[in-house]
Amino acid sequence: MIPQAAQFGTDPIGIIFQVIFTLVFVVFIFYGQRIQMYVMLREVETSLLRLKYIRDEGRKTAIETIKELGKPAADPTQRVDQFLEYIAIPPEAMDPAGVVWKLEHILDVQDTRLKDEVTLMAPQATSAQINNLETSLEIAIGLNIIYKVIRHYYMLGKKTWSLYVIMQIQMILPLIMREAEAYAAALKAATLGQPWGDGAGQLVAGKLIYGHEQRKIEKDYLVSTIQIEGRTVHVLKGEGPGGSVGKPGEAIRQVIEENNGKITSIIIIDAVQKLEGEKPGEVAEGIGVAIGGPGVDQFKVEEELVKYKIPVNAVVIKEDVGDAVSPMRKEVFDAVDTTIERVKRVIMERTKEGDAVIVAGIGNTIGIGQ
Amino acid sequence: MSEDSEKTETPGPAQRVSSYFFLIIFITLILSFAALGFAYNSFVTENNAFLAAIFLIIGFVGVSFSTYMLLQTRRRVMQLSLEIPPVLTTITCQKCDFKNQREFERGDFIFKEAGPCPKCNNKLLISAIYREVKEKPKKEIF
Repeated sequence: MIPQAAQFGTDPIGIIFQVIFTLVFVVFIFYGQRIQMYVMLREVETSLLRLKYIRDEGRKTAIETIKELGKPAADPTQRVDQFLEYIAIPPEAMDPAGVVWKLEHILDVQDTRLKDEVTLMAPQATSAQINNLETSLEIAIGLNIIYKVIRHYYMLGKKTWSLYVIMQIQMILPLIMREAEAYAAALKAATLGQPWGDGAGQLVAGKLIYGHEQRKIEKDYLVSTIQIEGRTVHVLKGEGPGGSVGKPGEAIRQVIEENNGKITSIIIIDAVQKLEGEKPGEVAEGIGVAIGGPGVDQFKVEEELVKYKIPVNAVVIKEDVGDAVSPMRKEVFDAVDTTIERVKRVIMERTKEGDAVIVAGIGNTIGIGQ
Repeated sequence: MSEDSEKTETPGPAQRVSSYFFLIIFITLILSFAALGFAYNSFVTENNAFLAAIFLIIGFVGVSFSTYMLLQTRRRVMQLSLEIPPVLTTITCQKCDFKNQREFERGDFIFKEAGPCPKCNNKLLISAIYREVKEKPKKEIF
């Protein structure tokens, strides 16, 4: 500033500039942080507006679909609004022993409750449509929660003018927005019954069992016994085309018990989240129980594996988190045939003729029949 | 929720582009053009290159800032829509090479029977449902 002052001298424009620079300097010293907070709040506000739009569109889509498919006698709007505020309280885990069974019970109760509510709201919908509507409403609940949590921190930040409250929410906002956009796509796909990227594992199982005899086992799962190169393969698939993930853990346990533990290998096929830089539809192999979700199913399968000392293989299809819950991408669809070849190769390499194998498709079976 | 839903019709604070905001941009734009005029005047009539340069910088910064703010306002309005990707259904014949691709319709699902084949009268099957994502080719270093 001193050289500037010297340069401007007594020139009126020079004095004006000197005053302006001094003012800006002083303002930034005392109000720099506040200005930064204003900018961050503005950014959160813009995202919050978009979240609100997505949430409202989701709600509108859900209501319209219920009216269209369920043909209810009364307007379901109020019931849907109540439904969006639905909460499920997880079990207390201070004493973790047995918490899996408690969580499973809570999830079962939630599933039954949601299904009952949807049946009441859409009395004329078919069972597949009820599953799809249930999925749509679950997504709408998710969007509502995301919007409300972000709004909470935005308002809290504005009320307290705490840099840390505002900064935290502003920093994670891009990731939250990606998730919300993915949910918005998922909701539309669910109401229409389009297959999701998450259903890639189910599609592999569906292609293996198509045209073979199938029987229903544990909740929303089917099993079909086929022969691959002299091996008896029990293929498990979620019952489609309604939107459901079923209970793969319980289904695998049931098939193992039916065979008295005489299973040479288990192959689990699922869609997994890819890392940035990886291509969607890449297929990878490994070991372990590739079942996502709250962990109940993974736990159950692992218990059985330890009990009977069964080796477990995983074949996974990589995709983005947004692709997993939006209509299946062509790359993921094309990866299904590659996955079938990989599964057959694993069976050939890891088992011998006469062995019994379980192949389980995991994921949401929406839009995928059998 | 119901309260929130009612509010949806009226635009929120971020959605509503204030008329004061537009007024500020408008005044900035006028002042910026005035600065550019002064720059021209200082250089041509007063032959003061230093003063002309200062006014020129002020003018350009003002015009750039106003244009940027106007574009930002427009972008915010444009972002308020949800993109629905087109989803395609592929129907194939189990016996012959007949293949048909059309837009997804409600009720379609993979492995659904889709009537008789127009070529061989055999069973048609929905063999694929997917969306094609056309991504711009990116120059990837890693």
